[in-house]
Order: sequence, then structure tokens, then C-alpha cells
Amino acid sequence: MLIFEMGSEGRNATAQFEEPTEVSDIPARHLRGCRAGLPEVSELQVVRHFTNLSKKNFSIDGQFYPLGSCTMKYNPRGAHRAASLPGFLNRHPLAPEQFSQGFMACLFELQEYLKDVTGMQAVSLTPMAGAQGEFAGVAMIRAYHDSQADSARSEILIPSAAHGTNPATAVMCGYTVREIPVTSDGDVDIDALKGAVGPQTAGLMMTNPSTCGVFDRRIQEIADIVHGVGGLLYYDGANLNAILGKVKPGDMGFDVLHMNLHKTFATPHGGGGPGSGPVGVNDRLSPFVPTPVVQRRDDGTYFWADRDQLPLSIGRLSAFMGNAGILLRAYAYARLLGREGIHRVGEYATLNANYMAARLAEAGFQLAYPNRRATHEFIVTLAKEAKELNVTAMDVAKRLLDYGYHAPTTYFPLLIAECLLIEPTETESREEIDGFVDAMISILEEAHRTPELVSAAPHTMPVKRLDDVKAARDLDLAFEGS
Amino acid sequence: MPFVPHTKTDERVMLDAIGVGSIEALFDEIPAELRNGQLVETPTGLSEMSMLRVMSERANQDVIGLSFLGAGAYEHHIPSAVWDLASRGEFLTAYTPYQAEASQGTLQLIYEFQTMMCRLTAMDVSNASVYDGATAMAEAILMAVRANKKSKSKRLLCAGNIHPHYLEACRSIVSNQNIEFEVIPYRDDTGTLDLEYLDTRLSEDFAAMVIAYPNFFGGLEEVDHLTDWAHENSMLVVGVVNPMALGILGPPGEWGEQGADIVVGEAQPFGIPIASGGPYLGYMCCKKTIVRQMPGRIIGRTIDLDGREGFALTLQAREQHIRRAKATSNICTNQGLLVTAATIYLSLLGDNGIHAVASRCHTNMMLLLDKLTQIPGVRLRFDGPVFHEAVVQLPTSAKTILQKVAAENILGGYDLVEVDEGLSDCMLCCVTETKNDEDLSVLTSALAKAIGGHSADL
Repeated sequence: MLIFEMGSEGRNATAQFEEPTEVSDIPARHLRGCRAGLPEVSELQVVRHFTNLSKKNFSIDGQFYPLGSCTMKYNPRGAHRAASLPGFLNRHPLAPEQFSQGFMACLFELQEYLKDVTGMQAVSLTPMAGAQGEFAGVAMIRAYHDSQADSARSEILIPSAAHGTNPATAVMCGYTVREIPVTSDGDVDIDALKGAVGPQTAGLMMTNPSTCGVFDRRIQEIADIVHGVGGLLYYDGANLNAILGKVKPGDMGFDVLHMNLHKTFATPHGGGGPGSGPVGVNDRLSPFVPTPVVQRRDDGTYFWADRDQLPLSIGRLSAFMGNAGILLRAYAYARLLGREGIHRVGEYATLNANYMAARLAEAGFQLAYPNRRATHEFIVTLAKEAKELNVTAMDVAKRLLDYGYHAPTTYFPLLIAECLLIEPTETESREEIDGFVDAMISILEEAHRTPELVSAAPHTMPVKRLDDVKAARDLDLAFEGS
Repeated sequence: MPFVPHTKTDERVMLDAIGVGSIEALFDEIPAELRNGQLVETPTGLSEMSMLRVMSERANQDVIGLSFLGAGAYEHHIPSAVWDLASRGEFLTAYTPYQAEASQGTLQLIYEFQTMMCRLTAMDVSNASVYDGATAMAEAILMAVRANKKSKSKRLLCAGNIHPHYLEACRSIVSNQNIEFEVIPYRDDTGTLDLEYLDTRLSEDFAAMVIAYPNFFGGLEEVDHLTDWAHENSMLVVGVVNPMALGILGPPGEWGEQGADIVVGEAQPFGIPIASGGPYLGYMCCKKTIVRQMPGRIIGRTIDLDGREGFALTLQAREQHIRRAKATSNICTNQGLLVTAATIYLSLLGDNGIHAVASRCHTNMMLLLDKLTQIPGVRLRFDGPVFHEAVVQLPTSAKTILQKVAAENILGGYDLVEVDEGLSDCMLCCVTETKNDEDLSVLTSALAKAIGGHSADL
């Protein structure tokens, strides 16, 4: 039932506001003529309604959530609490510097840690999600070429396994996109890359480890090829968790990157955000970072570096300071883990993925890249099952819900048929992973024995599979009843 | 280390199952010369207790007494239930609702949010949010250029009295697509848009006009006139609207003859703490006719295989994960958790509540202006109605005065020299329902003292 359907005229959560006042000095033509039609419910009704809605969600807190490329690791409660301290929550974004030193100290140190982790020379924290970080990164590539009076570069190269945000971002920055194929072992096709680069190449956007769940072994050669024609290398940090504390993107030859703090630094995803996508750059691109950036004076006080200090900046990307509260959570997370903890993130994320891949392979599942090491994630392809048993990757994903596991990422990357992209993360225990593998084995048996059970799944969720065609055809995007 | 549950035995069993001798062996495909992730600047780890101690000290450094700062971030009462509910792990730690059957809670909640925003703005359709008010405006501009079939122009008329940070962010975001802004000046006497200026641009082709309501100075534009003028000249109308103001002000869907085409803004006033500027919540509504040009997630109500009502992401053919380079935007993650908070907030307040809060904000602002303008040398800079913010002119530089009151732990307002050199003796003050008469008197006395007048009897 919708909240609009449970109300009664004149009912309200009356503790939450005081009597209205007469508005006498605004001309009538500006005033609202009739009620908007918001819910009319009691406070208890609100609490019960949203509590019950929450129970219809899978979440990290409730379920194992091995969603590939999304790094659904435990979100420490302590980080949430730290960012919710009253001094942080009540700080106005335009508060003068003397009322902002505590907040700015956290941000400054976070910038330093992120430089340390990525091997970059400068960091800007303002981008509000991975996609905005990508935008900032590619806009900086463009600003750099423009500053070199090298404006003929019109093309961004993107491997075919890339996230959809990469090509969409390149277009937002005014570039055309050229896709580079991936070889059968998951690495970028070097010959194709050599054939594609030229004076029109502005840069290459790449995720490494890629969304194929493998580390591109020839990354240094790729960097040389792109740099050789004057292009720059962009690192999509979606999979940074795999190499956290092991390898630095700056050492691989990347000039610019974004990090997804809502993945790698364990900030909660919130049912679709907020994210946070800080960018890191090498010296070549540091004059162009988006503002504001926190800087420290010789006397130890902090200030906002803006256009005055960074005249070549690509500019501001948000009204204030990006998703500040998410930055505080990431800072708290980094303090909890510390240097030694961060070193182990990539190790145990990789251990868990390789263990799960080995167990699934042993159980008869086909890995997309059986001859490669898995990174923090790996791909299972169900092409054989789809053909022989008429049970698809989507069916298996839906059936997993009945077993109490969130589904892995399905049908991505697009180049592997009937794929499940599985990322367990370092915070899951061996027992949890074993449980998931057992569920997969059981579903495979069901697929042989009673395939209709799998293809009609899920059976235990609040709803069965939804009619997406109807949703798009008979658009119902807002309730019209009262 | 924290949060990694592996025991030595686990590690051994797992490595054996993989068939390698050590964790390091799992990285053997990475060229050896790259395997140097050694951290040097990052300190060693802390327990939760010690981390909270560090952060509490930092947070306490930034505590202020009384604030009259607004300028795009507004302090309102946040009902306790809002974050008690929004912080439930089922909302907090879920991902984007790709698996609809396991995400009906978030999906229904977003559908309810979309409904509330449509009703408040009197628009047909809402999306599931974008990052913040500034990026909502940028997306609205891109959308308007795509959606305006009558004009091929990539130029816009944009209110010169819009939040300056919004304008700056929009320039950063859309400039690479060769979109140009023509800024409409504001009148020196009212701070509202100069309608006469518009007629000097009649012969030119613009894709859209962007109007701020209330404008950055808190004032109310002649939105009916502006909307009709823009439509007569084949432009789409983009309203950048503080949704809290719609508790008392007419909705943008009813501006002029046909209403605004796209309405966006910052929904932070709905239950979201000011928290240093984010995470907030950009909202985005439009007319049904142009919904396919809308960026971001949209939730639709549909049925399942058994005919039961359910909710799902819809119109995904607009989005980057399907359309890639041809998507309407690169946006992926948005502000789901803040949508959750705003939806709970609006449910608690209802029509009566939002009307009460908005009216009390306005009345408190008028009370403050009465008090402040009794200080010798202090006057209201602009004529005309305001919502809950206004520009107060001081007898000397605002910077000096604001520094003096800050020394008493009061933030008196926003120094407008940041926006316009000509307003260096002006500050932008905001009052919401959270202030009482005593708060207003405290500011008045502090300002009077700072200005050097007599604070008695105010």
C-alpha cells in the first residue's frame, strides 16, 4: 500500500511543526492556491510504513551481496557515527574558515591518504560519484590538451569491457568514442590499440583490473603506446579494491583517475547513492583539478583553494564541497584500517574471489577466463546451461534471491554471454562464501532436475518477476489517486 | 585488521583449495616492478574508540552558536524519525535497485518520492534524484537543449541572480558541449530580473530560459510573465526552485499559461542536515512530453507475473549502462539515501506541515528585517517580496561587521562581496522556523554593537 492510500484528511504528525503563520506581505499572485496532496498520516503510520518498506530490501547488513564491480563490503558503523557528529552535521558549507578547521583537517589528510594509495601527486575530493569523477578526469584531459594548444584531439579510446559511464562521460566532454576490443584472455588487444591511436587520440579510459576480472598484464606497454602519440591515460577506479595496498595506478602509467569511495572506502551505497568520486592526477594535470581543494598554510591552518589559487581549474562541480559527509566516512574508514589494514584489503579481496572461483570451477561451473588469476572478482558464464537446459544467467540470479543471497551482476560485461560477475569482497568469511557456492551447486542441480523452478524464480520475494515492458509502455511514474 | 574475518586456518584452507602457497602468489600476473603498493603517508590504524576521539575533537572545533547563513543550504528542524528510519541498514547498505524483486522497499519509496515532488511542483514526472541542486540545473540545461524541438540553438538565457556557485558548476559541466550562457541582469532596485532587458534579445534564438525562484537574494521573480515571454519566443522554461518555498508559493507547473517545462533544485531542506554541503539531493521534474530526455533513474509502477503491484526501474534505454555513448547523461549513482530521508520528511509533514514550516520561515524573516532595519544605517537593499532570505545593507563593509559578530559565535549572513563587488556592504541573511524571537534579538544586538550604534531597546 502506498503512503498516500493510508492517510485521512487532516491527520498529521503534529509534533513535527508548529502553527502556521499568516503570510500577508506576499502578493496573492505568488501564493499557492491549493494543497499539493502530500500524505496525511500520523507519525506512527510513517514509522511503520517505512520500517515495513525497508524489510523488502536486500542489503549488506542483511545478506551476502556479491555484486560484481560494486564492492559491497561491510560499511563500518563507526564511520557512519563519526560523520554524524553534531559538529560535522551542523557545519554550514559557507561557514568561515575559523569555524571549519576540524572539517578541513579531515579532508586535507584524506587527500594525502588518497595520494598515497594511488601514487598520484594531487587529489580533489569534490566529485560526487564515480561518473562525476570520470567527468572531471576527462575534462582535465581536455583542458590539458587545450593548454598545450593541441585542440585537434577529438577521440577517447575505451576497451569494450568498460563500464557504460566511460563512453557516456567522453561524450559529455565533447569527445567521440572509439572502442578497443579485448582479446580472448581478457586483456586489451594491443594490435588493435596500436592501429587505433594517432594524433586524434586525446586519451584512453581503462579499468585495471578490468571488468573481466583480470589484471591487464601489458599495462605498461599500453601506457607507452598512448603516451607515444601524446594521449593521456585515465584510470577508472571502480576496481581499485582489488589492488589496494598492492599496486598504485600512478606506477602503472596513469595520468588521472577517480576513486569510488562508496566502494573502496566502504561508505554506504544508500539504495543508489550517495557516492563519492575523488580524482587524483599527476603533476602534469594538477593545475586543472576541480575546485575547491583544501590546502595548508605554513602555520598549519587550512584554507579552500579556489579559482584564485588554481586559475586553470576545470572549475566547480557542485554547489559546495561535493558529498562532504561521505568524505568524512571514508576518512574514518582510512583511520580505522590504517596503513597496515589498507595493505591487506586487496589481498583478502583477491583471496576470497580466487577461492570462490576455484570452488565453483570444481563444482562444474564454467569460468570465463579459466586460465587467468581472478582479481577481486571473476566471471562465470552460463552459456552452456542456457543452451542445454534453457536456464539463463538471469534465472540463476533470481533463484539466488530465494536462497537468501543477493544476485551477482548479470549480463555485464556485455562481451561475455550469459555471465555472472561475482565479487565477494574481503569482509566476507569463508563460511559465507561456502554457503553461496553450495547454493550455486544446488541451483545447478535444480536446473537439471526441475528447470522450471529456476526459470520462474524468485518464489519467496515480495513480488515475482516484474513486467518491465508494461512499466515502460504504460508509464506510471507518479500516483494519481488520493 | 578490522573487518577481515579470516583466521590463519581459513587462509590455509582457502589457499589449498586454490592451489597456491601464499596470498602473494595470487598477484603473480601483475608485473613484478609494479607490485609496490607500500603506503608511507597513511598512519597506522586506530580502534573505533580512538578514531571517534580524533573525530570528535575535530567536530567540536567547528561548533558555532547561532547561524543566519543560508545561500543554498538551509537549517530546518529534522524530525527524529527521519534519520532513525533512513539509517536502517536495509536502506543504508543496499545498492541501486537493479534486482527489483529484492529491492521493492527502495523502489516503492522512490515512486512515492517522485509522486510527492510532482505534487509539490505541479509537474507530471520526477526522476529519482541527481547529485545536488547545481548539477540538477546543469542536467536541466542539457535536457532542455535536447528537448527543444523548435530551436536548434545551444544558447541559453540564464538568470543573473541565480546562486553563483550553481552558475559556475553549470559552466564547468556543460561548456565542453559548446553550450553558451547569456546572463540576464538583475535590477538594482529590486534584485529581480530586468524584464526590459529581455526585449533587447527578442531577435535571437535561445533553447531555454533558466529562472531562480526564489532568486539568490531571496526575492520572488515575476514568473508568470517570464514563463509566457520565454514560451512566446520558443524557449523552454527551466525553474530552479527551493521546494520548501512551495509550502506557500505557487507551483512552477502553474507558472504563466503553460507552466515551466523542467523544474529542478536542491531538496536538502527536506530532512537533510546542512553537513558541510553534502550529501544533498538534486531533484528534477518535467512535463510528460519530454520524459525521454530526462537523465537519471526513473521508477515505474507495474505488475508482476501474478498480477500483483510492484515497482521497477523503467525507461532504462535513456541510461548509460544500456545506451553507453548515446545516453542522456553519464549519471549512474545518485542520492538514494537522501531521497529516503526527504520522502520520510514529507510524509511526516504533509500539506499542513510544509505550509506551516514555510510560513513560519517567512514570518521569522519579516520579523528579523523589522528588527535589523531599526539599527541606524541598516536597510533592506532590495524592494519586493522575499521568502526566507533577504539582502541587508550595512553602513560599512559586510566583511568587517560579519567578522565582529563571528567573534561572538554568530554567523550573521553571507558576505555578498563574493558575488558582486557592488554589494560589498551587503549580507544575505536567512531565517527559518528554527529561530525564535530571542535568537533574532541576539543577532540584532550583536549587529548593532558591531556597527557601533546603540543596542538598547531593540
